[in-house]
Amino acid sequence: MKTLDLISSAASNTFRSKTRTILTVLAIFVGAFTLTITNGLGTGINRYIDDTVTSIGAEDVMTVTVTPDADSGFGGGSGPTEYDPAAVAGGGFGPGEGGTVVALTPDDLDTLATIDGVLDVEATKSISPDWVQYGDGTQYVTSIGGLVSGQTVQLAAGAAPATDASRLELNLPVSYVEPLGFADADAAIGETITIAITDAERTQHLVEATVVGVAEESIAAPGAGGLVVNAALTDSLYETQNIGIPTDQQERYAQASIRFDPSTSSEEITALKERLSNAGFTGTTVADQLGTVKTVIDAIVLVLNAFAVIALLAASFGIVNTLFMSVQERTREIGLMKAMGMGSGKVFGLFSLEAVFIGFLGSAIGVGIGMIVGTSISSLLSGAILADLPGLTLIAFDPLSISVIILVVMAIAFLAGTLPAARAARADPVESLRYE
Amino acid sequence: MNTPIIRVTDVHKSYGRGPNRFDALKGVTFDINEGESIAIIGKSGSGKSTLMHVLALLDAPTSGTVELEGVDTSTLKGKNLNRARNKTFGFVFQQFFLTANASVLENVMLPMKIAGIRRSERKLRALAALEQLEMVDKAKNKAINLSGGQKQRSVIARALVNNPRIIFADEPTGNLDTVTGAVVEDILFNLNREHGITLIVVTHDEELAARCDRRMYIRDGLLVTDTTEVAA
Ligand SMILES: Nc1ncnc2c1ncn2[C@@H]1O[C@H](COP(=O)(O)OP(=O)(O)OP(=O)(O)O)[C@@H](O)[C@H]1O
Ligand SMILES: [Mg+2]
Repeated sequence: MKTLDLISSAASNTFRSKTRTILTVLAIFVGAFTLTITNGLGTGINRYIDDTVTSIGAEDVMTVTVTPDADSGFGGGSGPTEYDPAAVAGGGFGPGEGGTVVALTPDDLDTLATIDGVLDVEATKSISPDWVQYGDGTQYVTSIGGLVSGQTVQLAAGAAPATDASRLELNLPVSYVEPLGFADADAAIGETITIAITDAERTQHLVEATVVGVAEESIAAPGAGGLVVNAALTDSLYETQNIGIPTDQQERYAQASIRFDPSTSSEEITALKERLSNAGFTGTTVADQLGTVKTVIDAIVLVLNAFAVIALLAASFGIVNTLFMSVQERTREIGLMKAMGMGSGKVFGLFSLEAVFIGFLGSAIGVGIGMIVGTSISSLLSGAILADLPGLTLIAFDPLSISVIILVVMAIAFLAGTLPAARAARADPVESLRYE
Repeated sequence: MNTPIIRVTDVHKSYGRGPNRFDALKGVTFDINEGESIAIIGKSGSGKSTLMHVLALLDAPTSGTVELEGVDTSTLKGKNLNRARNKTFGFVFQQFFLTANASVLENVMLPMKIAGIRRSERKLRALAALEQLEMVDKAKNKAINLSGGQKQRSVIARALVNNPRIIFADEPTGNLDTVTGAVVEDILFNLNREHGITLIVVTHDEELAARCDRRMYIRDGLLVTDTTEVAA
């Protein structure tokens, strides 16, 4: 029998007992559908994270902190941590957030600059403002972050704060626009807002700055969802905050940013981290920080996929059952085909192809409907509860993983079909023809 | 004389083992020449079907040899065995063994599908065979919807579509009334006479047996009478 004839015979045989085939296909459909949705979820979220990393444009920036000694911090031994006068409260994005970290001194910054592969070092000045206010409006607690060189802001209106301007400029996140009392994002541009900050002597100072842009919020936005300020404003706020601190104590930074060659490969980045770590520092890229998010998402998707695969395994027993019944019913036909000179291999092929075809039907329909449902769910959600995360397609599909799903289901179906197919292949023509 | 198309030498066939062992054939020896029509006659359980299965290479004898055109069939394995089955034999069974929900045409094309013949040629040859049996108008019908006689004619069309050398017919008229049975018999003997196809019929029916060139009586697994030998 020719292969093409074998395939078309197998396909038409599946429709001989329609109800049975449809039920089996339905069971596979459920598994394939679930697999499509869960995979789409992983693809969608991870794609969003990747897009975010790219749009920030800070692939060549690494955040550096001093690696804490093994016995300090939470990781070390039990008991209270010894007081370290060199420690400062950590701020911003990075390890040690909320706790204390060992501060970077100007000496450390010099050391960093000499490390091979480091193009540029910039200390991150951590600023803790009290509140922000527009006119006589309500005062809101906020956080402040600067733009690391090379970083870009996804803007809803206006422009990013000019790095080299002497004017005090900032960007507001979209979510601040209405609470502060602006009609819309465009209305905020060019307005002056007030930032309150307390110095070391507990005196509160007011600093005024101009809104030049409104930034979209995203999980990795510069300034971590707070105000994004330019260098001039950073310096001004930092000086105000440090009033009353002895000069030799002023230059203490929780972290610094270093820049490296944008063409650096990931192996070279690893090597750079190695060198930093040898010098007593810890380097983290934006991709690293989001990498942990991705790992968590991958793990969740993996668990969900496991459920889908369990559904598929249950469905594969359906295939086994369907085919055993089919082999039973067609005992005589098998005997006759063998008597007419059909080899056992072809008989095996005929029945296992039937299983594969059932698997194909179930997975193709499951994947098709899964894609339609997934697409409509994500477009519904992106207009509603996910409206704050523009650009996020919750459930997205890429052709590779879709074809992998179909192939995996077909492979499972094939495996399920081998048992009944082997029985058919072993059938003795004489016994089959005597079978009543 | 030419080599016989089938030569059977001291064939034994037993089923089961030990105390359950049953000898269905207890040593049969005979030759069949090309173009003969032969009836294998005997009571129920005498071993007729068993002998036919051995002759048609569906079952291997427990001992003894079956030669097909001088070739010991125990040497045929896998592909060669399947080729010999496909090219040499056609089968007509009492219970028809048609695929119920497939069309008559599909059923008749099955042996050629197995042989790997192109679809267009399959169709041509199947229609020609149905033509020969006056069944062309039923080609598109489902096999399940045919009368007994029509079913048996479809089966005969399927048996001869691959131009076999030998047609085996196990009780070909067993499920048919006398009139239809006579028609089917005529068709089979006609194939034998006109096309030189060797015909081996397994039957209880003395009348059908009487129409054959040669009658072999089987009792309890032994060949008791062979009309050729009697005549010789
Ligand atoms: N697979 C088997 N296992 C055990 N005994 C078997 C088997 N197949 C056939 N037999 C026995 O072999 C003997 C011959 O069977 P066979 O089918 O050849 O008889 P038959 O002459 O064709 O009978 P009928 O006219 O009823 O078809 C019977 O007694 C039968 O019970
Ligand atoms: Mg019989």
